[in-house]
Amino acid sequence: MVAKFDQTDSNVVVIIGTGAGGGVLANELAQKGVKVVALEAGGRYLPEDYVNDEWESFGQLAWLDPRTTSGDWRVARDFSGLPAWIVKAVGGTTTHWAGASLRFQDHEWKALTTYGRVDGASLLDWPIDGAEMAPWYDKAETKLGVTRTGDRPGLPGNNNYKVFEKGALALGYKEVHTGRMAINSLDFDNRMACQQTGFCFQGCKWGAKWSAAYTEIPAGEATGNLEVRERCHAARIEHDDTGKVTGVVYFDAEGKEQRQAARIVCVAGNTIESPRLLLNSASAMFPDGLANSSGQVGRNYMRHVTGSVYAVFDRPVRMWRGTTMAGIIQDESRNDPARGFVGGYELETLSLGLPFMAAFLDPGGWGREFTTALDSYENMAGMWIVGEDMPQETNRVTLNSDVKDQFGLAAPNVHFSDHPNDIAMRNHAYAQGIAIYNAVGATRTFPTPPYPSTHNLGTNRMSENPRDGVVNKWGQTHDIPNLFISDGSQFTTGAAENPTLTIVALAIRQADHIAREMSANTL
Amino acid sequence: MTLHKSRSGLTRRQLLARSVAAGAALVVGPGFIAGHDAAWALETTSLKPETMATLVQMARDIYPHDHVPTEFYVVAVKGYDTPEAAGGIEAGIAALDAAAQGKGFSSYLGAGWERDRVDLLRGMEDSAFFQQIRGGLVTGLYNQKAVWPLFGYEGESFSQGGYIERGFDDINWL
Repeated sequence: MVAKFDQTDSNVVVIIGTGAGGGVLANELAQKGVKVVALEAGGRYLPEDYVNDEWESFGQLAWLDPRTTSGDWRVARDFSGLPAWIVKAVGGTTTHWAGASLRFQDHEWKALTTYGRVDGASLLDWPIDGAEMAPWYDKAETKLGVTRTGDRPGLPGNNNYKVFEKGALALGYKEVHTGRMAINSLDFDNRMACQQTGFCFQGCKWGAKWSAAYTEIPAGEATGNLEVRERCHAARIEHDDTGKVTGVVYFDAEGKEQRQAARIVCVAGNTIESPRLLLNSASAMFPDGLANSSGQVGRNYMRHVTGSVYAVFDRPVRMWRGTTMAGIIQDESRNDPARGFVGGYELETLSLGLPFMAAFLDPGGWGREFTTALDSYENMAGMWIVGEDMPQETNRVTLNSDVKDQFGLAAPNVHFSDHPNDIAMRNHAYAQGIAIYNAVGATRTFPTPPYPSTHNLGTNRMSENPRDGVVNKWGQTHDIPNLFISDGSQFTTGAAENPTLTIVALAIRQADHIAREMSANTL
Repeated sequence: MTLHKSRSGLTRRQLLARSVAAGAALVVGPGFIAGHDAAWALETTSLKPETMATLVQMARDIYPHDHVPTEFYVVAVKGYDTPEAAGGIEAGIAALDAAAQGKGFSSYLGAGWERDRVDLLRGMEDSAFFQQIRGGLVTGLYNQKAVWPLFGYEGESFSQGGYIERGFDDINWL
């Protein structure tokens, strides 16, 4: 029985966004008997709707509202209107994610303490640590059915993995395996096992990969405590004269302005939209935007040190067959400043289909240097770099008052420039990736620049001291007690790991906190 | 504008007798270009056939794949043969021909070596016209499902049950 709540019902929790943060939080609260209205800007797509065609799927799922870019990152030149490749749909970017589910390493919760001060970086320790998060990671891994955790076996390795593994072992790497993945290696949670179909980024048509769209959301709806309003775009959050939030104004599917009253508002629109919403909610009482007394809303935008290495061999690989992210090398994820940078990185296999390879291998490239690479597409293997990037105050999401979206709201501008530590790490990873493939006989290698961001983090960061960030250790804003941040924008630092598992663990923990405080009538 | 996959009423002999070589294509007559082997033919409605023939060669020079037949390049650029697009394309190709003449060639197509044509393209790489054509080709050429098998790419596999029993781990040379 799907709930339907009155728009004037001021007892509901309103969650904005239904991805890894918002979707999990919505279900967890609903399971605890809390009434939830979830506003989702996108439509509802399920496995039968997903399209295994890169550009067609992109048109179906990607967030394509107007955005602008600045800074010296190459994305601002090659994809100026597309800073991020994320999803606008019920379930958010859990539709698109590859499924890699890694815990932070203990030292990564304490980046400032571990790395020390780094010029130009706004490093900070999280107000929580690995011991605090361990039980929540346990719950998150169980929820997602992560392989190589619990008694779940790993996935089998595909061709792309086998090339990667052989090169990694030849270089002496030890932590090389088919990953901890939220992709079923056996039937689990009424979802079937992976059929090695590829197209993980386009939505899993088997439902073998965990996505909030067909797990959390229907489970929450089945309680009768969750109403998801799809194609409803949050415009601003309102507050009363005591400074507590009271409701959310949004545009419905017909573009009509609506308002939902709220006891608590949780913002989970991903790291670009969440600060944008707080900034677009500026009022006479909060002229710099909600929860922004620190001036940190929108700052410290992180996207991981990414990049890819592709390589061509003299015989076929057919990397597109099977799981897109089919394996990992973890040896470089340690913090070892002797390498010339602080923090670490993971190497994970990746493949793109021919259409996306043409767009992303060397954006803007042409001529035979480019086309001879694609001529060997069948003989290509690929990997992706995921490393910790330095938070910088000047890398930030701001409102672009010159560009409006379809509702007349100021569009976000995403400004990003690499920190020297980021560049040193990427260059190290390129060299290692090239060495891995050369060890297997690569005839040509391609250190490929970062794609539009899929890991978007840090713009409402968590801090012990309200001066340093936007939210406290529960994701509750320092300034407004009934306003929470529930997505990756609350990350204090990015760590080397793919962020989804941590976003999910934080959301489960936050739901527990909110429900407890509501019962105690302290919220 | 119509792309004919095979001959359009002309025999190969008639076609070749009436045509003028124009790079990757033949200009057969007013509003009409065709492949050298007459495997395809294109009627233009808004662009001059010589302009379309130059555009097809330009597309091939930007993304040269010797194993990809010209008809795929024709498909990739035929969308410019509209009243709205034709003005800009005619002007862009005219500029390209003028640049070729500045280097002593009769026209862009008159430059026989790819390296000479590529030099001309490098000279206009930052122009809006070049970027329009190059950007359009990224999807116009590589997103044609029919071109994928020529690169070995298999596209979707869901309809066949994925690769779990069809070679996801069949690499045999490692």
